[in-house]
Order: sequence, then C-alpha cells, then structure tokens
Amino acid sequence: MNFMASKQPENSLLGPESDSQRTLYPYVTGTSVVALKYKDGILMAADMGGSYGSTLRYKNVERMKAIGKHSLLGASGEISDFQEILRYLDELILYDNMWDDGNSLGPKEVHNYLTRVMYNRRNKFNPLWNSLVLGGIKNGQKYLGTVSMIGVNFEDNHVATGFGNHLARPILRQEWHENLSFEDGVRLLEKCMRVLLYRDRSAINKLQIAKITEEGMTISQPYSLKTYWEFSAFENPTQGAVGSW
Amino acid sequence: MDLNMDLNAPHSMGTTIIGVTYNGGVVLGADSRTSTGMYVANRASDKITQLTDNVYVCRSGSAADSQLVSDYVRYFLHQHTIQLGQPATVKVAANLIRLLSYNNKNMLETGLIVGGWDKYEGGKIYGIPLGGTLIEQPFAIGGSGSSYLYGFFDQAWKEGMTKDEAEQLVVKAVSLSIARDGASGGVVRTVVINSEGVTRNFYPGDKLQLWHEELEPQNSLLDILNSPSPEPMNI
Repeated sequence: MNFMASKQPENSLLGPESDSQRTLYPYVTGTSVVALKYKDGILMAADMGGSYGSTLRYKNVERMKAIGKHSLLGASGEISDFQEILRYLDELILYDNMWDDGNSLGPKEVHNYLTRVMYNRRNKFNPLWNSLVLGGIKNGQKYLGTVSMIGVNFEDNHVATGFGNHLARPILRQEWHENLSFEDGVRLLEKCMRVLLYRDRSAINKLQIAKITEEGMTISQPYSLKTYWEFSAFENPTQGAVGSW
Repeated sequence: MDLNMDLNAPHSMGTTIIGVTYNGGVVLGADSRTSTGMYVANRASDKITQLTDNVYVCRSGSAADSQLVSDYVRYFLHQHTIQLGQPATVKVAANLIRLLSYNNKNMLETGLIVGGWDKYEGGKIYGIPLGGTLIEQPFAIGGSGSSYLYGFFDQAWKEGMTKDEAEQLVVKAVSLSIARDGASGGVVRTVVINSEGVTRNFYPGDKLQLWHEELEPQNSLLDILNSPSPEPMNI
C-alpha cells in the first residue's frame, strides 16, 4: 500500500531502501532502562512495555535478561534487534562454556563484545536499534556500562537509556552514594521509574527490578507503582486563570 | 480519498486477524477482504493458512509477502517434520516465521499470528509483527482492524475460556472490526486447533450480529412498503 511508503525525501542520497541490509526505523520499541551500583552488586529496572509507534501494544515484554553467570543485560529500542543480540550472546556464552577451563566471561568482557558489535553495525549503516545497559559483578568487582546504537559506550555508577537519561540520571546524581543498601537502591530506582511513568508517554505501569550479586541474578515478578494525583492544584488547575491548562 | 490510487497498487490485506488460546487449544480468526487501493480484489479470501497439520498462520499486510513467507515456512517445516520424525512444534514454526521476517525486515511488510497445538506445550499463540519481534501471548490481534479491538479485548478477554466461548469471542471481535475498519470485510473465518485436530468454520457477513446504526438487511424497499403496518395497541 502506498500509504506506508518510506519517509525518504526526494533528494535523498541514501539509495533505495530495499538495499541489502539497512535498518532505518524501529517498529516495536521498549523505553527507558535505569540501573545503579549498590553494596552487593547491580540493580536494574525496566518496564514491560513494547510500543508500536504511539500504541502501547505489548505489555508483557521482558527487557532484562541474565547473560552467563555474572552479567545482566537491559535493552531499550527495537525488540526484534534485542532478541537477535540475545542470540549472539547465547552463542558467545556457549563457546565460553565449551572451553571448560574454569574461566567465564565477566560483565566487562560482555560489554566490550557488545560495544564492538554495535559499533561495527553502525559503520555498515545497519545499526541494531537499541540502547543497552550491561551490569554485573565478578570476583567482588562491580561493573555497570552502557552502549548505544551508534557504539558510544562508557561505564558509571549509575546509567540509563532514553528518557531515563533526562529524568532519572539527575535524581541519581543527587541521591546515589557508595554502598547503598538493597532497600535504598530499590527505593531510589522506584523514584526514578515513577517520574518516568508520569512524564514518558511510552512508559507503562508494569515493571520489574533485577538484581545481580555474586550469588547470581534474580528478577522480581512484574508489579505496579502507586501514583499521586490528589493535589489541589490538580483538582482545580484553572482556578487562578480560567481557560488555561 | 486519493483518486489516483490505481488498480495496479500492490494487493494489501488491510485486515483483522486474531489468535486466542483457550483451555485445550487455540482459535484463529480473520476477515476475508483483500484490497488493491480502494478496490476489493477478493471479498472471500482465506487469510488463515496451513503450515502443518497442527500449526496455522493468520496473515496480514502485503498479500504477496505474507504468502511467500508462509510458503517458505511450510516448505521448511515439511522437511523438518520428516527429519524430526514427529509433528513440528508451534514454537519451531513461529521461530521460522520470525527468521524470515527479521532477516528481511527492510523488504517485507507483513504481520503474522502463528497458532497451533503440540503435545509438549498444548495450544500456543505467537505474534510476529513488523520488524520480526517474536512474542508469545495468550491472545494476539493484528492487521489494520486490530486498532479497534484493543479496548474490546482489554475488557472481554479472560483466562481459561472454553472452546465455544473463545470462538464466539473471536467471531464477535472480527465482526466489530469489520463494522469500523474499511480495510476489513466479507466473512469471518475461524480455525480451531486442539489435540483432536483442526476444525474450519465459516460465518457469512449477513449472518453476523448487527452493531450500532446497522440495519437488518432486506431483499427490497418494496417489501418494506408492502408489509402490513403495525397493529394499533389496545389499552
């Protein structure tokens, strides 16, 4: 159908879209992932939404997965590309295990692998349309990094993707400190996720929080956050200025 | 609308497709309209296509793309069944669809719903929208008509329905969608798949329930004019 034709302008230099391999736009997308380092390891939060343009189409998408024994991957962006990345990582971990040498890939190595994959795809103008958060702990060393679809990568004490960068990171910059307890970490993540729920149109109120420690990875059951709407200014927003919003 | 839309425009299944699990199997449903621009090229198409004895797929989007993808997957599954020595699972069928959809995402324009029954997992539904995401769901809706059904399913869907409840839900939903989506129409076809086998059903357009502002079909105005006027009421 011609209505769904590409969005290329007439004078584009990009060439025909059916060019062998060139992803130009995402279809089913996940929104922000937020993560922080705490006393025993890493805590990561993401909602379970898969948006299709402006429609909140899928509400049971798990956007965080365990990778090997030591790492946790969270993704925003195109879900089909995230599923493909999980397949690449499955193979990576399999080969690592097949060495049977007592060694296992830690989060730093997995992050590096992902960075190379993302950057090389970007160089071919065929990116995997995701922003990834890779966290983990190995031999007491905590690690938390991020890679974008163009291969920008870095590590920090707290990271976020998408809207999370604008809404969650400022909160984390103020309130994060070394050696957060599990409870404080969870409350801090929930504070961030609640703001995202208020202000991100593609956020849904169904999230999971994943924890990775030396012992292993656990992911919470899906749950919803309470939200607060009973302010007098909300009940009568135009009292002082009739006709405004 | 666009009067320049010509009859050589690609055949598209503006469509409504649905797949629903129930306690014992799955019910797949679809409308039957295939359009070329504004013209209805086929008013009785069959969008629920067989992949194996126990797995079917609902097709939406480009008719050509969806037919080719399902043809390839039928071919692969046939070989897989021979090599495996037993019926293919729904999951394998869905993954093959995903493989083609994902790896050719720049060229294809088709959203599919795979549904079937196997002895390991029972009845399963997998949605594979544009882009090639694979997502297992208790029920799935797709096609242009599905926009009108999100609210309906949010309210009407329940876990653990019987076969008849599930089928009635699907027929009602496709029928509602046909009422509002110009790109959906014709008859409602359903396919029920469970351990006992596969049953195809056919609900012609004129036998469906009437919705808001729809009128009972008549043979002619003349019948209305000639019908006796209503009896006056007696108090």
